[in-house]
Amino acid sequence: MKKVIVYEIKGLYRDNFRVTGYEFGEGKESVCIVGSMRGNEVQQLYCCSSLVRKLKQMEAEGKLEKGHKILVIPCANPYSMNTQKRFWPVDNTDINRMFPGYHLGETTQRIADGVFQVISKYRFGIQFTSFYMPGEFMPHVRMMSTGFEDTETAKQFGMPYVVLRKVRPYDTTTLNYNWQIWETQAFSMYTNTTTRVDKKSAKEAIRGILTFLHKQGVLEYHGHDGYLSQVVWDVDMISVRTARAGLFDPLVEVGAEVEQGQTLARILDAYEGEVIDELTSPVDGTVFFMHGEPLTYSNTAVFKLVVREE
Amino acid sequence: MIETVTSIALPVDEALRIRKNRIAPEQMTGAEKRISIVTGIHGDELEGQYVCFELARRIRQQAEKLKGIVDIYPALNPLGIDSITRGIPAFDLDMNRLFPGCQDGNMTEYLAAQIVQDLSGSTVALDIHASNIYLTEIPQIRVNELHERELVPLAAQTNVDFIWVHGANTVLESTLAYSLNSTGTPTLVVEMGVGMRITRSYGDQLVDGIFHLMKKLGIWDGEEIPVREPIISKDPDDVAYLNAATGGIFVPVVRHWERLQKGDLIGRIIDPLSGTVLNEVTAPVDGILFTIREYPVVDEGSLIGRLLRRKACGDHWEER
Ligand SMILES: [Zn+2]
Repeated sequence: MKKVIVYEIKGLYRDNFRVTGYEFGEGKESVCIVGSMRGNEVQQLYCCSSLVRKLKQMEAEGKLEKGHKILVIPCANPYSMNTQKRFWPVDNTDINRMFPGYHLGETTQRIADGVFQVISKYRFGIQFTSFYMPGEFMPHVRMMSTGFEDTETAKQFGMPYVVLRKVRPYDTTTLNYNWQIWETQAFSMYTNTTTRVDKKSAKEAIRGILTFLHKQGVLEYHGHDGYLSQVVWDVDMISVRTARAGLFDPLVEVGAEVEQGQTLARILDAYEGEVIDELTSPVDGTVFFMHGEPLTYSNTAVFKLVVREE
Repeated sequence: MIETVTSIALPVDEALRIRKNRIAPEQMTGAEKRISIVTGIHGDELEGQYVCFELARRIRQQAEKLKGIVDIYPALNPLGIDSITRGIPAFDLDMNRLFPGCQDGNMTEYLAAQIVQDLSGSTVALDIHASNIYLTEIPQIRVNELHERELVPLAAQTNVDFIWVHGANTVLESTLAYSLNSTGTPTLVVEMGVGMRITRSYGDQLVDGIFHLMKKLGIWDGEEIPVREPIISKDPDDVAYLNAATGGIFVPVVRHWERLQKGDLIGRIIDPLSGTVLNEVTAPVDGILFTIREYPVVDEGSLIGRLLRRKACGDHWEER
């Protein structure tokens, strides 16, 4: 293992801003794994730190195949994590909206550029990332349909789902999109949570990544293969929306198998406690995403369901 | 008349309402043109607040001169304005990345769709921004090159100092102005002043411009107010960007919208801890500074200013 500074800028009153990477093995740049890029992505950080520990151990045991280099960057934004801000402290910009970056541009463009210069050399890119809405997910691998995506390879992670979605205008500045454009095969890894550590899904994601690395001949790993991934388009998922705002009272959990007509959650009047809205499942399916806050607005997609295949 | 454009219930005993003030002539013919003034998409930009007030006040003084409809929307993001939040609070979303929105979408997408629906069909709309809390801008209108032909002649009537025609950019496709411009409602994006402040002189300048534009469009029948002739820049090469070479505290030494020669000192980045100057920021070319940093704390890369090169200034260079 080699600890490297991927990018650094001088701080005025703070310690220097450093993006630190961990290199394992030697040879061609095979796989790069990136963790938190926003200050609230604690689970993403946890997943990467577990992976660093695991890879350190495997390297010592001689389980890394020759000729491959693995780079893990647990966090591309320690400044925001240490101040508990989601975005860049001084100007509130999101590093994951700055790719491929610009070395003469603004601060977060420079950070994106500095990091991307290093990580765009890798054949595979895996990013632990978070969703813009607070909530819990079924663990999955997510890909943007840029025309370069490869779902068969994505299945090698053995995660329960591989989710595909169309590129939207604002996606073009994300790491995942730019990785693909610059010919790195890119995958986004979603575990259950973001702002708190969920060990179980973290373990599943690590298992997924090690399985993937094994199938790509990068290391030797004999865990179980995981799931036969189901490939779904995000637009084919069924959203269940609130009709009213109020207290959100879910009656199911993420991963639950639900029947058509089953009550998934109730919305309670915030002052009088009455049930003002009952959300029922329109299909037989699996709860893929669930809203994670105790209050909800109206028109909010508080559940996303994967329709059960016959 | 104050009208509610759209409203939606919030979780705890409150409704979010987006409201507008419709000012119309007493006698309507049905053929009136309509100008819409919108602001407050970014909750930390307040320059437009004064413009909305002053426009309504001056119309009221000479109500008989009004020949068309004026719709004033002072707060497209009321929760943001109230909480000093640039985006939509709780969603951590830039509202100007949500358009055209979606009637069946979530709360924010729904609001965006309702706003677009209400504004559509205006003869012209002005979306007034105030940069952000970091940078002060000279009154200017920014035009996407895709809509240049239609918008530049309108923008030239608004008494701004500068019209900046910029390249198309996919990220900007989700702005209010893009949505309206691409569906037939000409919309001008004004940037002026600085976030969290009101610069009265800029507000008065733009209000004069709005009256001038309304007169040109036949919405206003008052006295002719002369407007300044703006510098128009279409070439990306016209603009030089100044980014901080190092983190520190930026202290400017020049005034905004001043003519600078190459090498002139613009300001210093200092380190108060050691009492030293870390970097002297100088003009990289001859030009006029149309953007200057307001917020003193800078990181390496922070934008300190934008300079319009001398060649783009034309006659304005000698006049200054
Ligand atoms: Zn703005």
